[in-house]
Amino acid sequence: MNKTIKQSAWLFVIPVVVLVAFNALIPLMTVVNYSMQETFGDNVFFWEGLTWFEQVLNSERFHDAFIRQITFTGIILLIEVPLGIAIALCMPKKGPWVSVCLVLMALPLLIPWNVVGAMWNIFALPDIGLLGYVINAVGIDYNFTQQPISAWATTILMDVWHWTSLVVLLAYAGLSAIPEAYYQAAKIDGASRWAVFIWIQLPKMKRVLTIAILLRFMDSFMIYTEPFVLTGGGPGNSTTFLSIDLVKLALGQFDLGPAAAMSLIYFFIVLLICWVFYTLMMKNEQQ
Amino acid sequence: MNNSKKPGEISIHRVLVPTIYIVFLLLPIYWLLNMSFKTTNEILGSFALIPLDFTLENYIKIFTDPTWYKGYLNSIIYVVINTVISVSFALPAAYAFSRYRFLGDKHLFFWLLTNRMAPPAVFALPFFQLYAAFDLYDTHIAVALAHCLFNIPLAVWILEGFMSGVPKQLDEMAYVDGYSFPRFFVKIFMPAIASGIGVAAFFCFMYSWVELLLSKTLTSVAAKSIAATMTRTASTAGYELGLLAAAGALTIIPGAIVIYFVRNYIARGFSLGRV
Repeated sequence: MNKTIKQSAWLFVIPVVVLVAFNALIPLMTVVNYSMQETFGDNVFFWEGLTWFEQVLNSERFHDAFIRQITFTGIILLIEVPLGIAIALCMPKKGPWVSVCLVLMALPLLIPWNVVGAMWNIFALPDIGLLGYVINAVGIDYNFTQQPISAWATTILMDVWHWTSLVVLLAYAGLSAIPEAYYQAAKIDGASRWAVFIWIQLPKMKRVLTIAILLRFMDSFMIYTEPFVLTGGGPGNSTTFLSIDLVKLALGQFDLGPAAAMSLIYFFIVLLICWVFYTLMMKNEQQ
Repeated sequence: MNNSKKPGEISIHRVLVPTIYIVFLLLPIYWLLNMSFKTTNEILGSFALIPLDFTLENYIKIFTDPTWYKGYLNSIIYVVINTVISVSFALPAAYAFSRYRFLGDKHLFFWLLTNRMAPPAVFALPFFQLYAAFDLYDTHIAVALAHCLFNIPLAVWILEGFMSGVPKQLDEMAYVDGYSFPRFFVKIFMPAIASGIGVAAFFCFMYSWVELLLSKTLTSVAAKSIAATMTRTASTAGYELGLLAAAGALTIIPGAIVIYFVRNYIARGFSLGRV
């Protein structure tokens, strides 16, 4: 769509800018303040410059948490996106069944995150949880509170349970926007099921899939509540992702300087990845 | 396309795949319900697929103890305030982004989105100081405003997509017909993007309802959210699994009601946007 150039359109945007800036800029400046100073309380600050940043960037603890975070985000994107598309492709197109499917599938999305963690904790406990009990009954030694591998598997399964529906809903919305005529044309051309998927369905879903991947990337990269309630970041530090590590540092140890520096580095990484993604998305759209 | 050649074979996996997926989704919820009807002794003492010693005690406790049921009320209050603020502030902004070019529009749009990307863990402590400084600590409005940080950008993003799907001729025709801008916006434009407003409201409700970290940081007694009440129980009152399960099961209900109302908007809604 060709847009009119109109500077007074800023008036429409001002309320949003004011409200978001209040919430974003003031706290961000607080973080910047803390990140460059040392304080011993009583509002007395000493200039520290970039010491905290160097300390965080060189610490093994941050590297480990970062690697865990990237691995986790990578795994859940690789599972949830293809799985979500596959389920959306299998959904019925019309009829009362559709509403039932949509309502049931959307259910996990609206459960508070701490309840998701608590629910999976109860579900996966080896002695009284259905999942844990069944896995142990089959003969596999499983205890997510003690084995790092079990903890990882449980966390990933929980995230797949929690968020695949978002991909399904978005992909399904993209699919239902494809006119029937496209399929008839493909049928006349004798296109295979796979060809229909690659040349018709996938391109038409591109926009919603971009939204889905971006949302899943951001939310999984910032994940805090669910693994915190499920495993508490353990056993040991095996499921301590970036946010959990940050809260431990800031509120647990009250190391405000390093915590603030870590916050900024963390925020910067998310921004950088999203900026690359956003630029690619916009380029695609203009073509 | 679905029943072109082998109708039987295709319809089987069309029923099977969604069914298996839904069963997988419902299993943990079923287990939560199962636990919520058990007594603590039974939960810790044995493994059973259905409650043998059926009890409503956990639910009765929640509905009679004000610290519990007020948690639900507090959560619903700030979620509704947040949804109303987010959508009504986002509407004009999204209109500007979808219809006009102005100085710095693209940068501004990206800056808004960056706030959706800010990890809440980064902002927890500064938020506490900010809202305490404005004397808003432990109020519903504080949580509602704090959640605007990620909900307004999301609402702008969604609404902008829907508005760009509405042809500009609609605006022009309304001006020709002598509509003033506010009247056009409310009477013609908003009904045209009703499903977009539905989808945006759904997402705002959802993200505000499920968020724990900020709502817990910004409240203590008067506006304490149900999520915070639950974490307190888990940590201090020993290991009352049944009570926790009942409280968790009840948090599913508001979400389920909202999904039921917007179920048609969600499928139709996104397809109207820039899909």
